[in-house]
Amino acid sequence: MRGQEARDQAERKAAMATLAQSSGDDIVRLWNEAGLPSQAEMLRGPETGLVTLRGRIGGGGAPFNVGEATVTRATVRLPSGQVGHCYALGRDKQKAKLAAIADALWQDPARRAEVETRLIAPLRSALTVAREKRRAETAATKVDFFTMVRGED
Amino acid sequence: MYVAVKGGEAAIANAHSLLADRRRGDRSVPALRLDQIVEQLALGVDRVMSEGSLYDRELAALAIVQARGDMIEAIFLVRAYRTTLPRFGYTRPIDTSAMLVERRVSATYKDLPGGQLLGPTFDYTHRLLDPELAAGADVAEPLQRAGEAEPMPRVSAILAREGLIEPDGDMPGDHIPGDITREPLEFPMARDIRLQALSRGDEGFLLALGYSTQRGYARNHPFVGEIRIGEVELELDVPELPFAVPLGTVRVTECQMVNQFKGSAKAPPQFTRGYGLVFGQSERKAMAMALCDRALRASELGEDIVAAAQDEEFVISHSDNVQATGFVEHLKLPHYVDFQAELDLVRRMRAEYEARENPAKTEEKREAAE
Repeated sequence: MRGQEARDQAERKAAMATLAQSSGDDIVRLWNEAGLPSQAEMLRGPETGLVTLRGRIGGGGAPFNVGEATVTRATVRLPSGQVGHCYALGRDKQKAKLAAIADALWQDPARRAEVETRLIAPLRSALTVAREKRRAETAATKVDFFTMVRGED
Repeated sequence: MYVAVKGGEAAIANAHSLLADRRRGDRSVPALRLDQIVEQLALGVDRVMSEGSLYDRELAALAIVQARGDMIEAIFLVRAYRTTLPRFGYTRPIDTSAMLVERRVSATYKDLPGGQLLGPTFDYTHRLLDPELAAGADVAEPLQRAGEAEPMPRVSAILAREGLIEPDGDMPGDHIPGDITREPLEFPMARDIRLQALSRGDEGFLLALGYSTQRGYARNHPFVGEIRIGEVELELDVPELPFAVPLGTVRVTECQMVNQFKGSAKAPPQFTRGYGLVFGQSERKAMAMALCDRALRASELGEDIVAAAQDEEFVISHSDNVQATGFVEHLKLPHYVDFQAELDLVRRMRAEYEARENPAKTEEKREAAE
């Protein structure tokens, strides 16, 4: 794979990850603020199904099935021809549809920057803030051990 | 001849509307919202997700309300819902070493990379009921501590560096992970299938079995190598995309139990392990699972099978609380015809007994009757 293609795939995947982790409410709000077009032909879904989660024995050994999770997916085609996909945990069909449209718009070179700056970037920074807050709250519960010297020397 | 008896439709319909009324309770008390349950009864939601074997907080919360807080009934509802959905595939195995950790403790190492993070734990609370909570007092924001995020390798990896512990469990190279939702249970079973069954198993049952191993029934001297709770990312391979599609994050609890030595003619003594991995924040369940996993490895490790917790068929056949409650609770459904047959049988046996014990009296009776 050429370097540029690999970078594009990594960026597209990162954008999809941000959309999957964000709440439907946040996506709708930013979508409306940015005035992104929501016109698209539904090729599949939005539909809800299951995925089976896998873990690894001992954390890093052979895979095993842990249990299932709800996932909603959608596939859309823009009037300009790009096909976009979304798979996201949960049952939010509106979110899956918008995320699929966002993925399709992202693939349009004329639209990519707008999707990145108006939608993905603010979602990503909100997720980062939430994650850092959680990390800092957990860090406050870190045990600092100290040694007590007993008796006389 | 089979005689069907019908009836009870009106009684059943009325019983269900009575159930709906009692479930709602006093109408002057505000109805619960699902987001209240998700936020404030989060560990109950986690238990329903874990034993219902379906990660979806809102559905688990709905199940809890619908079941009036009866957890096994709620788990049953979730299991039933699962069967209505198509399956999109199997995720890539989660990487717990890349977890956004919310709690991480080890009982074997004080100073381990990343440190001991207590997180939102009940440990070290005094277990005194809190009247302020009853009064709905405001709760302060938690403190934060700045600092760089440190990597948190699994404790098993630290012991593995010295070769003092067995490696993470492997299966033969061509092994496809078994799936108890697709194939019936068969014994003996591979460890991967056992772990799937244990992960959805009843917390109380696994807790009791784990406890029994500590009390001497299949004792194997466990230490908690590590418990970690936090969010991990999920990815799914799909044909329409050239990369694994990211699905979002789920919270899981992992327990690495470290147990006493096992050596052989070929390998020097080393620690053995039990593993627990469950949905949500549920370390009691993850610990119990790890104890049971280790006990169930008895034959693999050449140990004598002397206790219930080591008996794979016993443990796995009885760990599913939906199956268990189905079979126990079916006893209350009408068994009128079966019972009639048993009544008939016991009357005949008594008549034969009478005839044997007291032939004269039976003879008299017969004559009198004639």
